[in-house]
Formats: sequence, structure tokens, C-alpha cells
Amino acid sequence: MKKIINNPADVVPEMVNGMVRLYPQYIEKIDGTEVMVRSDKESMQGKVGIVSGGGSGHEPSHAGFVGKGMLSAAVAGQVFTSPTPDQIYEAIKAVDSGKGVFLVIKNYSGDVMNFDMAKDMAEMDDIEVKSIIVNDDIAVEDSLYTQGRRGVAGTVLMHKILGAAADQGASLDEIEELAKKVLPNLKTIGVALSAATVPEVGKPGFELAEDEIEYGVGIHSEPGYRREKIKPSKELVAELIEKLDEELHLDKDKKYAVLINGMGATPLMEQYVFGNDVLDALEAKGVKPVFTKAGNYMTSIEMAGISLTIFELAEDKWLEYLNYPVETIAW
Amino acid sequence: MLVTKENLEKWLEIFGDLIETNKAYLSDLDTPIGDGDHGNNMARGMAAVKETLASKQPEDIVGVFKVTAMSLISKVGGASGPLYGTAFLEMAKASAKTDDLAELMELALAGIKKRGGAEAGDKTMVDVWTVLVPKLKDNSLTQADIDAAVESTKDMVAKKGRASYLGERSVGHLDPGAVSSGYLFTALLEAGVM
Repeated sequence: MKKIINNPADVVPEMVNGMVRLYPQYIEKIDGTEVMVRSDKESMQGKVGIVSGGGSGHEPSHAGFVGKGMLSAAVAGQVFTSPTPDQIYEAIKAVDSGKGVFLVIKNYSGDVMNFDMAKDMAEMDDIEVKSIIVNDDIAVEDSLYTQGRRGVAGTVLMHKILGAAADQGASLDEIEELAKKVLPNLKTIGVALSAATVPEVGKPGFELAEDEIEYGVGIHSEPGYRREKIKPSKELVAELIEKLDEELHLDKDKKYAVLINGMGATPLMEQYVFGNDVLDALEAKGVKPVFTKAGNYMTSIEMAGISLTIFELAEDKWLEYLNYPVETIAW
Repeated sequence: MLVTKENLEKWLEIFGDLIETNKAYLSDLDTPIGDGDHGNNMARGMAAVKETLASKQPEDIVGVFKVTAMSLISKVGGASGPLYGTAFLEMAKASAKTDDLAELMELALAGIKKRGGAEAGDKTMVDVWTVLVPKLKDNSLTQADIDAAVESTKDMVAKKGRASYLGERSVGHLDPGAVSSGYLFTALLEAGVM
């Protein structure tokens, strides 16, 4: 393992300290926690608080999206490990201005349980809390007999939409309704070239041969659905677009947003090549996205790989929300 | 058997030692079917339990259970934190009224099932608890029972947690949560609570 760190056990607190000290204009830390809350308190007055979070290792998620117009607070757990209920509860308390708090949870057993316990704690304090469980990753089957689909890069778009709506004064019920409407329109699929190494573990989460790739790998190195030899970007894109098309039934008369997300070690150069191919592949279907974005948004430490999110903009208002100005580290 | 402050503390100490000793093994088990951190997470939690018990010096079993639950909930994270935390929280609540080990562990198991939504056969810690808790009732628990219960998860297909993404490919691997739960029962035997 070769990483720019000190003691592996201190990675998360040291990273959090770094983030709040480097970007005090956007975020500050709640003392004694790994909760990062919006510095601009004025902007949260009279509005629903939006709280997200999860394991660390996905930077800039989630604290990179805290700021006016987007998240109110983010809770950082240990690397690839859900944050604990007491910390999530601190975040909820810090951002509640009497209008309630909305939690954006990615669909992993740990996150769901810890956020649920925090919700119980907040309700005992008479803070109204609602939530959405994001499950945009189409790589795994959505089945009653499993945990179901995972939450991945599409979660960032959920943050953006809900953050903009909250900033414009939407009520807690309206935010919940919006989140429920957005969710089925948000689909992601990825491909991995190499695995991530959790600092405290010290070795990669899985092994791929030098010339091998794996489709559908999760953001914590969970296994995907197929391994094969590396192919040209155009062919990777064709496979991923086909999977997304099966879910979304891409239609030239509908509006779409596209998010290309690097997993950590994949350079922007490759992301732009991939993006060029994605736009070609969509154009071949007559689809011209109205919103596009590429970069590292929901990473998996130093995993090499990329994910493609397509979000059907079923309502015109959603495009406005995506374009709504924000003041964050990473949007 | 009855839980006393002394045997409870001994139980937790031995459980903590077993987790610490087998930390790397637990994380290794978690690597092919999870995310490779079960040992580290549990070790961090049990170290916090040890530290908080020493600093807070709770007076009775209710206090010891409660300190244990809160330390696990606030330090472990992941899925194991809420699950083990809930188990000890249920025992903390019930121990005001009873000190019967089997009764307490039954309530702990009910709490785990409610929190995680898993049933027996889903390849989780529930498989170990479901088989072993009744053996506390008739006082018949042996290490062989524990080993068999843990081993039984090997041939199961995971239906809950991160391993569930693997489906059939989870067969052949022990469930890490079942293994750490096995240690909890082994610690019961070694501490003489059983």
C-alpha cells in the first residue's frame, strides 16, 4: 500500500480537518464529530435541512456538496463504513430550523440502519425527519430477497435537485414527494479497471488482471456482473448505454441529464474520451442530453473506473434545479 | 444461568480479546463477500467498550449493558454497529427486570432481527443466534454447537447485507458476522456465564 497518509486509523479525522480548514467558506465541523455543516447559517434559516453522508472514501462526496443551494450537512463515517447514529443525529440537530430535516441515504444495510436509528433519536426530540433511500445502480438485481440495488453516483444528482428545492423554500413533504418522483428516473452503471485499498486493510478489495475490467463493480469494490478483457472506450460505452436503455427506454422526445463520474484513479482525459463516446452513442439514438457533467463526484478511493448516470428529466423544473447556482467545494 | 456484574464484565473482556486476536481473520472473511472491514470495525468497537467501562465504572448489569451498547453504536458503524448495539441495548432495557441469560439473549436476538430484517437461513449472524440461544435455555451450549452453527453459514446463499449482491457466489464463504457472533458465545462459555 502506497498512500499519502499518517496513521491509517487517523485518515478520516485528518481528512475532515483538512476539508474544513481548506474550505472554511463552505463548511465547518461540529466539534467532537466527523459532521461537516454548512458555514453559511443564514442560508438555512426557515428552510428544510438536507443531510447526507456515508462511509468515507467517496470524496468529494458527501461534504463536497455541502453549501448554499445543496446539502446542509454531511456525515463522514469510517472508510467504506456507515457513520454512526449519534453523529447523524448531531447533523440533524445542527441543521434543523423548525421546518424539518430530509435525509438522503444510499441503499446499503449499514447506512439504512444507522440513519434509521438517528431518525428515531431525532423524532424523540420532536424534529420531523423524512428520508429517501437512493438505489440508482442497475448492475445488481432489485429483488426482495437481497438488499436491493445500491446507491452510487446518481445520489449526487439527488442532492442537487433536493438542495435547490429546499433553497427555494420547498416544505418537507414537498421534498419527500420530489425525491420519490426523481428516484425511478435516476439510473447508473459503472465499470472498474482496478480495486480500491482501504487504508486500515492495506490491500485491494479485489484483484483484476492487468488487461481485465469488471462491469458493475460497486463503490466499495462489491463485485459486478461480468469480467472481460479491456476494450476501446466506444465499446464500453455501448455496453453501458445498452444496460441503461433497458431500464430507461431512452426516447428522443424526452429530456435527459448525463453524469460521467470518475472512480478516483481514472484521469479526466479518459473521462472526456468516454464522455465524447457517450454523447455519440446517445446521438445515434436521437437523444441529445440537456445537461451534462463529468468529473470525480462519487469516488471509491483509488479505484480506476468510471460510471455513467442517465437521469430522465420528467419535469422541466428539474433542469432548473440542476442549473440552480450553488456554493460548494465540488459541484 | 444468571448474569452478574462480574461474569458479564468477564464475558465482555473475553469477547473483546477474541475480536482483537482475530481482527485480521474477520476482515479477511469479509473481503470476498463484503467490504473487508468487519474485524477492524468490531475491534474498534470493543476497544471503546473496554475503555468506557473502565472510565465510567457502571454499578450494575443494566449500566454495563448500556455502556456496551452505546459504545458499539457510536464506534463500530457499518451494519455491525447497529446490530450488535441493538442486541446490547435490548439486554440493557430488559436487565432491569431479569438477570436470566437465556431471556436476555432471546430479546437481543429479537432486536437484531427487527433492526436488520434478517431471518434464519439468510447467511447472517441471525443463523448463529437462532441455533444457540435455545441452548442457553436448557443450559446445554458447547463449543461444538458454536462451531457447527458458524460453519452452517458456509453453504448458505446470502440474502441480506452486502454479501447478498453475490447471490450464489456467496456460497462457500463463512459469514463474518456469524463468526464474530460465534466468539460472543465462546466468550460466554469461557467466562463461566454458561
